[in-house]
Amino acid sequence: MSEMNNEVITVMKLRTIGRHVRESFKSIWRNGWMTFASVGAVTVTLLLVGVFYVILMNLNEVANSIEEDVTIKVLIDTTATPEQQKALETELKSMPEIKSVVFSSKDNELNQLVDSFGQQGEILKLYEQENPLNDAFLVKAAEPETTKQVAKKIEKLESVHLVNYGQNDVDKLFKIISISRNVGLVIIIGLLLTAVFLISNTIKITIVARRREIEIMRLVGATNGFIRWPFFLEGLWLGIFGSIIPITIIAILYKNIYGYLAPKLEGNFIQILEFTPFVYQVSLLLLMMGCIIGVWGSMMSVRKFLKV
Amino acid sequence: MIVMENVYKKYPNGVVAANGIDVAIEQGEFVYVVGASGAGKSTFIKMMYREEKPTSGKIIVNGIDIAKLKSSKVPLFRRSIGVVFQDFKLLPSLTVYENVAFALEVIEESPRIIKKRVMEVLELVNLKHKTRMLPSELSGGEQQRVSIARSIVNSPSIVIADEPTGNLDPDTSWEIMKTFEQINSHGTTIVMATHNKDIVNTKKHRVIAIDGGMIVRDEQRGDYGYEA
Repeated sequence: MSEMNNEVITVMKLRTIGRHVRESFKSIWRNGWMTFASVGAVTVTLLLVGVFYVILMNLNEVANSIEEDVTIKVLIDTTATPEQQKALETELKSMPEIKSVVFSSKDNELNQLVDSFGQQGEILKLYEQENPLNDAFLVKAAEPETTKQVAKKIEKLESVHLVNYGQNDVDKLFKIISISRNVGLVIIIGLLLTAVFLISNTIKITIVARRREIEIMRLVGATNGFIRWPFFLEGLWLGIFGSIIPITIIAILYKNIYGYLAPKLEGNFIQILEFTPFVYQVSLLLLMMGCIIGVWGSMMSVRKFLKV
Repeated sequence: MIVMENVYKKYPNGVVAANGIDVAIEQGEFVYVVGASGAGKSTFIKMMYREEKPTSGKIIVNGIDIAKLKSSKVPLFRRSIGVVFQDFKLLPSLTVYENVAFALEVIEESPRIIKKRVMEVLELVNLKHKTRMLPSELSGGEQQRVSIARSIVNSPSIVIADEPTGNLDPDTSWEIMKTFEQINSHGTTIVMATHNKDIVNTKKHRVIAIDGGMIVRDEQRGDYGYEA
């Protein structure tokens, strides 16, 4: 028995691989409309997966770049003496979770406020005589995610009047991303299962068409692996064919979008993902998903039909 | 060599198709298996090539207990056995040559050996001149000879035939019988289930009669023994 064993465990011969590939393409051709339907299902699924993925990844990038830019504004008590202000600055600079501390005088703050209001801001200039604003330190956390904790810590320091930060906006953005990710995931899983189902049906037709062939193969002692290979490959091809159109469309689309948006965002702290390597990553992801869908679908029907 | 020891087979629907079978078939024997439909003849035959597993008992073929054989080892076991059916089981889109070669291709035999072996067995069954024909262009007897050629192409030590003449007229059946005897003369064991009374009574060989899942008669150079 062991002698017989060794015979079979030899590496698959080139001739055999050629035979399996030929057989798999023959079935793809013979199954015609079912092939078309399963490739179509994979195409639609992957196209949606790709679009969702591109949008989500970019929203994530935008949120991250906003978060990177979040500044904690530490308003200094108007009653603080220059010494106390100096002490606060030293204390802030000594905190390891803080990356940078920049002083901004109340005049500077007013100017910024006036600027942010544009034309209507002119009226605020009346305050120039008696500026009601506070001097401030602009603080950036070393880790943007810790902004909230850092802000809370600073609040407790002496000579601090008030602490402001834009974390709420970022939190909201992250929440939106998380919701759309979940909704997207449900839709994608639904489509994925449809594609797998269609592929498994296509392979089933192949198997039924080849029933006698399989019966004889088993009778004369072909291994299950040998019998399975063409079906495995057929599923794989269906998945790969299904990923070609989505990859092409998404690459072209993203090239155009990136070409349009990137110059506009130049110098802005908001950023989207660069064309390369992002598009390569998406393409690889879609190709791999196509392969998995195809192989999964084919294995589902093969297992049912070829159990010994 | 085929040995069955106390073989018992009960199907999930409750039918007992083998009820304590003990038998030994030596290498090179020619054995008829006779019995009415539903007597357990088919199960007896199917258990020999591991198409059916016995519920209990031992079935030793060429030294291996195939009742205990793991599924993954079945393909290797099958390569030492040839099987012929009543309905030939040829692939209609392949030529005579391709049908026979198929059996070797799927076990990854080298093309050189395939060519040599296929031509040898086609000569043995007298079909060398029809290698390029499709099964649909052949007579029933010729088709059965193709299927016999396929069953012996990998030089099995045992050929199991399940009513090989069931679909053939008397003259053609004799032809097929001659082919089997020729194969047997080379030392191959032949186990043939049959309803053909004339053949069994004329070409005398060992007869195993099965009824109710049991061997009711086992004689060398026996008779068919039933009124067909």
